[in-house]
Amino acid sequence: MGLPIIKPKVAFFDFACCEGCQIEVTNLGTDLAAVLGIVDLVEFREAMTETTTERIDISFIEGSFTREADRKRLEDIRNRSNIVVAYGSCATIAGINALKNRFSSEEYKNMVYGKDMNMPHLDSQEAQPISAVIKVDYKLHGCPVNRNELAKLIVDLVHGKEPFVANSPVCVECKLRETVCRYDVGDYCMGPIARAGCGAPCPADGIPCEACRGCWDHPNLDSIIEVMTKAGVPADYAKVKGEMFTHHFFKEKDKIQR
Amino acid sequence: MATKNAKIDVHHVTRVEGHGNILVNISDGKVEKCDWVVPEAPRFFEAMIRGRFYNEVQRITSRICGICAVGHTLASVKATEAAMGLNISKQTDRLRRILKHGENFDSHILHVYYLVAPDLVGAPSVVPLAATHTDVVLRAMRMKKLGCDWASLIGGRSTHPTKVLPGKFSKLPSEQDLLSLKENIVSIVPDVVETLKTLQSVAGNIPDFQRPTEYVGLIDTEEYGLYDGKIGCLQPDGKTLETYDVSEYRKVTNEWVSPNSTAKYTKHNHSSYAAGALSRININFEHLHPEAKKIADALGFKTPCFNPYMNSIAQFIEAVHSAYMTIKYIDELLKDGIKPENPEIKVKAGTGVGATEVPRGILFHEYSYDKDGYNTAGNCIIPTNQNHANIQNDFDKLVPELIAADKNEKEMELALEMLVRSYDPCISCSTHYLDVTFKR
Repeated sequence: MGLPIIKPKVAFFDFACCEGCQIEVTNLGTDLAAVLGIVDLVEFREAMTETTTERIDISFIEGSFTREADRKRLEDIRNRSNIVVAYGSCATIAGINALKNRFSSEEYKNMVYGKDMNMPHLDSQEAQPISAVIKVDYKLHGCPVNRNELAKLIVDLVHGKEPFVANSPVCVECKLRETVCRYDVGDYCMGPIARAGCGAPCPADGIPCEACRGCWDHPNLDSIIEVMTKAGVPADYAKVKGEMFTHHFFKEKDKIQR
Repeated sequence: MATKNAKIDVHHVTRVEGHGNILVNISDGKVEKCDWVVPEAPRFFEAMIRGRFYNEVQRITSRICGICAVGHTLASVKATEAAMGLNISKQTDRLRRILKHGENFDSHILHVYYLVAPDLVGAPSVVPLAATHTDVVLRAMRMKKLGCDWASLIGGRSTHPTKVLPGKFSKLPSEQDLLSLKENIVSIVPDVVETLKTLQSVAGNIPDFQRPTEYVGLIDTEEYGLYDGKIGCLQPDGKTLETYDVSEYRKVTNEWVSPNSTAKYTKHNHSSYAAGALSRININFEHLHPEAKKIADALGFKTPCFNPYMNSIAQFIEAVHSAYMTIKYIDELLKDGIKPENPEIKVKAGTGVGATEVPRGILFHEYSYDKDGYNTAGNCIIPTNQNHANIQNDFDKLVPELIAADKNEKEMELALEMLVRSYDPCISCSTHYLDVTFKR
C-alpha cells in the first residue's frame, strides 16, 4: 500500500496502556527530528495540544480495548484514517492487560476495589486487541515497541514499501547474536513460541523471554509447557507461565482449564 | 471588574500522560462547578499479579507506566525483598541509585521541555518550536536521549527495564560502560547551562499562585530522598516534619473514594497533600548537590516554595542533582571495581512494602507471597493519585482568584491546564482508577 503524497499526516492515539510506546517515540532523540522531517505530525495528545479534523494518512493506536465506551472513538479514528497501525502489544495482542482476563470481572474488580467494586461507574470488560473492534492494517508488536522498528515502519509506509513483520521464534535471534540459551543456565524461557523481531534483548540481558510480542504464527503450545516442566517449572505453573503476554493465544487453543 | 460567566470544558488535557478533564462553570460571578476529572480506563494491575511467581512481578508492574517504568520496577523489587527478607549489596544499591537518577533526569527533561515549555513561550506543542527554536528543540532531544541511554545502560531499557531483579541485577554494566556514561553526562553540561538560560528567560511567565499544603516525600540518610528512605510529611507551615517508616505507608495515604471523582484520593493531616519534585525539594533542599543548589540560586528558587507551578523549576534543579550524584556514584563504583555477584534468593512467605520516588512523586508497592513465592495480594499507590485531591484544592483557590483578576475563559483554561501539567501527572498509572460519568 503506497501513499501518494510526500508528507503524510500522521497521528498518535492511546487507549488502555502505559503510554510507554509513545515514550519510545521521544526516545528516538535527535532521530525524531529526522522522522518529523518526512511526516506531518497532526495529533499526539501526550505531546501536543494541536488536533486535526482533516483526513489522517497514518494513525498509530496504542493500548487495548477494555470498555464499550471507547468503541465509538476507535471507529471514528478508523473512519478518519487511510492506514491504521496498532502499535505496542496492548494494541496488537491485548498484551499485559489480558492478564486480568484470567479472572471474571467480578473477581478482578473485587481484588482492586474491594467494597467499592459495585459502584455503577466502574466499567471494564475483558481486554482485547484493537483488531477486535476495527480493521487494523499493520501491527507493530512489542512491550515496549522497538523505537527503531517504529521509525523504520514509518519510513516504509511513507515510501510505499510493505513493512516486514518477523515471523519466527525468538530462539532464532538468540542464535544469531550467540546468546547462551536460558534453558542451558537452568532458567525457563518463552523464546521457542515467541514472535521474534525484537533482536532478543531479554535473554542477552540475563532474563527469560516473556513473549511480549505474542506467539509467532506456528507456536507449539503443548511442547512449551512440556519443555518448561522439564526445566523445573512446577507443572501447574508451566501451564499458566506464558500468560503474561500470551493469555489469549493459550485461551484460544483451549489449553488452560479454568 | 470580575469575570461574570465562564464555561470551561477541557476534554482530555493535552501534554500530560494519561487522560484528565477540567470542568468549570461560572455563573453570575459564582463558581457552580470546578472539577478535575479522571476518566482513564482502569487496568487492574493488582489482579494481574495475583498468582504470579515473585521473580516476574516487577516485569508486570513495570507496565503500569511507560514514563516511570524504572520507579515501578524498583518499588516492586523493594516490596518483594521486604516480603522475603532479602538484602542487597552496596554495589546493587549504588547501581539502582544511578538507574533512579537516570529516570529522574530523563522524565524531568521530557516534562520541562516537551510538555511545559510550549506554555511558557505561547506555543501549542514542541512541534512548531522545531522550526522557530531549532537549537532549543535539538538540545531537548539530546538531553532526552542521554536520560534514556543512562537508565538503559543500568536497567537494560528505560521503558520496562530488563536487568532489575529482586536481590540483584541479571547483568552488570562493565567499568568501561560506567566510564562512558560519566563522559556522556559530563558532556551534557553545556546543554544544562543553556537550559538554565532558557528557563531564566521564560521564568517570568510562570504564574504566581500560592497555596501552602502538606508535602510528602522520602527522606534518605544517604542523600536527597529519591531511591530510598523514610516517608516525610512536611506540614503547610513549611517547618514541621513528621516521619513514618515505609511499612506504615497506609497511615499517610489513607485512600478514600470521592463521590465526584474518578480516582481514589489520599489524605494525611489535611484534606489533601502534594507529592513530586516540589515536595521533595521542600523536604530535602539541604541535601541537594552543591551544583544543583547553584542552579536553584541562579533561578531565585527558595524553599519552602508554596507555588505548585514551580514544580517544573524544582524538576530542573533535581535533574542537575541527578547528573552530579550519578558522577559521584560512578566514581565510587570505579574506585572499588565492579564485582560479579550471585546472591542466593531464598523464597519464603511474607508481606512487604517498597517505596521509591518516581519523577512525579512518592510511590508505594505492597505485596504478599505464599511459601512457594507466588503472589497472593498486591497494592500499588501511585503519586498522581496522591496529587488529585491537591489539584482539586488548588482549583478551588485558583478559580476565584482568576475571576477576581477578570480573566477570560481562554486565560482561565490555560491557567488551569498549566496547573494540571505542572504536577506532571501520569494518569495512565491507573491501577486504582474508577470511571465516572458526570451529569451536566
